[in-house]
Amino acid sequence: MTPQQIAERATTEPRWIRWTLIALALAFLALFVGLPLAAVFVSALSKGWAVYFAAITEPVAWAAIKLTLLTAAIAVPLNLVFGVAAAWAIAKFEFRGKQVLITLIDLPFSVSPVVSGLIYVLIFGLQGWLGPWLQDHDITIIFAVPGIVLATVFVTFPFVARELIPLMIAQGTEEEEAALTLGASGWQTFWRVTVPNIKWGLLYGVILCNARAMGEFGAVSVVSGHIRGLTNTMTLHVEILYNEYQTAAAFAVASLLTLLALVTLAAKSAVEWRVRQQLKAARHSHDEDLLT
Amino acid sequence: MTTVSEELRNVAPEKLAVEGVSKTFRTQRGHVHALDNVSLNVREGEFVCLVGPSGCGKSTLLSIIAGLESTDSGQVLADGKPVTGPGRERMVMFQESALFPWLDVLGNVLFGLKLKPNLTGKERREVALFYLKLVGLENFIHANIHELSGGMKQRVALARALAPNPRVLLMDEPFAALDALTREQLYGDIQRIWAERKKTIIFVTHNVREAVCLGDRVVLFSPHPGRIQEKFEIKLPRPRDINSVDLAKYSTEITRALKRHLKPETTEVAE
Repeated sequence: MTPQQIAERATTEPRWIRWTLIALALAFLALFVGLPLAAVFVSALSKGWAVYFAAITEPVAWAAIKLTLLTAAIAVPLNLVFGVAAAWAIAKFEFRGKQVLITLIDLPFSVSPVVSGLIYVLIFGLQGWLGPWLQDHDITIIFAVPGIVLATVFVTFPFVARELIPLMIAQGTEEEEAALTLGASGWQTFWRVTVPNIKWGLLYGVILCNARAMGEFGAVSVVSGHIRGLTNTMTLHVEILYNEYQTAAAFAVASLLTLLALVTLAAKSAVEWRVRQQLKAARHSHDEDLLT
Repeated sequence: MTTVSEELRNVAPEKLAVEGVSKTFRTQRGHVHALDNVSLNVREGEFVCLVGPSGCGKSTLLSIIAGLESTDSGQVLADGKPVTGPGRERMVMFQESALFPWLDVLGNVLFGLKLKPNLTGKERREVALFYLKLVGLENFIHANIHELSGGMKQRVALARALAPNPRVLLMDEPFAALDALTREQLYGDIQRIWAERKKTIIFVTHNVREAVCLGDRVVLFSPHPGRIQEKFEIKLPRPRDINSVDLAKYSTEITRALKRHLKPETTEVAE
């Protein structure tokens, strides 16, 4: 045995243990991820392509798809702005209550989506705090599109902020200060220095935020009212179809959500790689400083 | 060591005047008195080094002169006008090069020039290339920032700071992260550029030898609260070699003074 082989032996498990662990992991993956994923598409196409397309293109399904896209189109930009603002404040400034803010940002992650939905019913619903006032002014939020958007915004607001905070803390403020002394205004510094610096992290956060916005079920279910063609999102539409034993149609719509998930995953891993490179670069230059 | 009256006798116009500047930071562990009634005059074309242990407020003073930090009391005058914010007249060079990694070497030097009106694209490029040549990087204009060594990065940062042609250069321990050999090269370069381009330079360091090698004057800081303790005039011919015997005499004298001012601090801690 060469010294290298001996060293290897000392730090790795015997071959049969390695193979068993790998096989176990793969079997789990196949059983709990691969199989259901395949099942979605098999069931969706069980009655042929014609039924598949009919299920997707019927007006009610189409309305649900449009509502889902609309919700994401409002929620994602809102949370993009909020996320950048929150991360900026947390990474670049010292202020009282910073820890409280960080904890609050995580709230939607720790609270059950059903509770998130109920919060809005309690505030904006007919029996809620603002209910009577809203009714007097002919504004409906609960069991209508605004409620769905609000609930989605709430559920998805940590994604962008959470992604940016560690990145912006690692990067520090020196590059921005350099830009300011070079004659850049605050606005120019933001667009020419901050944005290029965080763009990959930002994109990553937006992808995750979008996936959740389109896939949210619990919170949206509480505030939606399930009015077909009006307040049903894709996830709610899938549930209704399934409850009506229209399995093939339910899976057809579900397959669209699954495709979205797959696209998200692919985009996520591509961006994730870039973010890791960037964080490493930022931390690396930081470490070099600490050594001196 | 010079006195105030000696300073007043100098004929060169005053470029920067720091007048009774105080600054306190609020941190999680309480208040840090970074600067206490600090006053300093810098003449046009002068090379001044601020020396002191870490935490003595010398970097804070540099940020205040740059306009990146505000004062609690007192003010900074540049050409007789109060400093209210950062500006192209006073360029800062940081210990971390603070380069923009998504731009190449030329892009970094062009950054400040692009913000300057009344320049054509061709002129900007010419100016950028001139300064890249001045720092010896003319063969690396399209290099990626990640590919550069620490010394090269600081050269790019220097070219970037010089390109908009500031009158004042504020350098915050720019060579502290570099190895000794690279540093010595840069001592030569910075002295040459300072003489050629007629800049006023304020240079912050905790390395006494470095300060003596570069400065016309060395200003000694002591911490808690940050105060100016002594000022030394360095009357050595230029260009100076950091390894020369004359230079070593000065740095021994200043190091002694530094230790003297630190002493009460350490005994205080010991009690």
